[in-house]
Amino acid sequence: MAKIDAKKSESLTNTQIELRIHANPDYLCVVRTAVRQTVCIFGLQEDKAESITLAVVEALTNVIRHSYGGPCEKPIIVGLNKICCGDKNRPAVEIVIRDFGKQVDAEAIKSRDLDELRPGGVGVHIIHSVMDDVEFSHADDCGTQLRMVKYIT
Amino acid sequence: MADSSSSQNIIRGVRHQGKAMILELGGEIDMKCSAELKAKFAELYKQNPQVLVVNMVKVEFLDSSGLASLVGALKWCRQNDSEFKLAGLCKRVKSIFEICKLESIFQIYDSEDEALS
Repeated sequence: MAKIDAKKSESLTNTQIELRIHANPDYLCVVRTAVRQTVCIFGLQEDKAESITLAVVEALTNVIRHSYGGPCEKPIIVGLNKICCGDKNRPAVEIVIRDFGKQVDAEAIKSRDLDELRPGGVGVHIIHSVMDDVEFSHADDCGTQLRMVKYIT
Repeated sequence: MADSSSSQNIIRGVRHQGKAMILELGGEIDMKCSAELKAKFAELYKQNPQVLVVNMVKVEFLDSSGLASLVGALKWCRQNDSEFKLAGLCKRVKSIFEICKLESIFQIYDSEDEALS
């Protein structure tokens, strides 16, 4: 698993839109609204915007449940960028989710048997199904950063 | 800290029609309210419904927490010789069933009337 640059661990830098919430499910609806609106402004079609919104909610739910062990007042940062990346430098939406909780091994919560609907496993399955690139990184001090990319075209 | 006990009222009502019990849901179902949904299903199981229809016409969002509650209800119905049906899913809600490849294990109908017919 990749390591997060320690200089970038306190906050996300150069993000076009950044949300900072407590790890509280009450705020998931706020993030949903912001993500839907933002990725549409970035140029994504409505159906893709909905899928990305679902992936972000699944990621935040996993952070609250697994990284923080339940709702608390610790922070989660969500960054949204419109970037160009990949071999053909295609326009894409980049979403970065940073937490400061327990580092959970992505392998430990990877998608297993969907019939079991194991918490975390289904969320990771959805994230991988919806997004084009998914990368988990650990910080030296604490926390995990999830970077997800969805190409616009 | 926000009040976690606050609810957006996802349970919109319970009705009976013949042998069927109809649970009407609405709003956005996520981690915040999935426990409320599981508790409602547990309450309905006590009445031993022969057919349990979940009307989801007013559901605007469903995540894996809500999906897990529906899978739990499906399992209960299978174990208790009851039918479990979902009705009125919008495209946005239906997509999570497709992503998780679960649309084939549920009986999904376009409308409540179709589910009851």
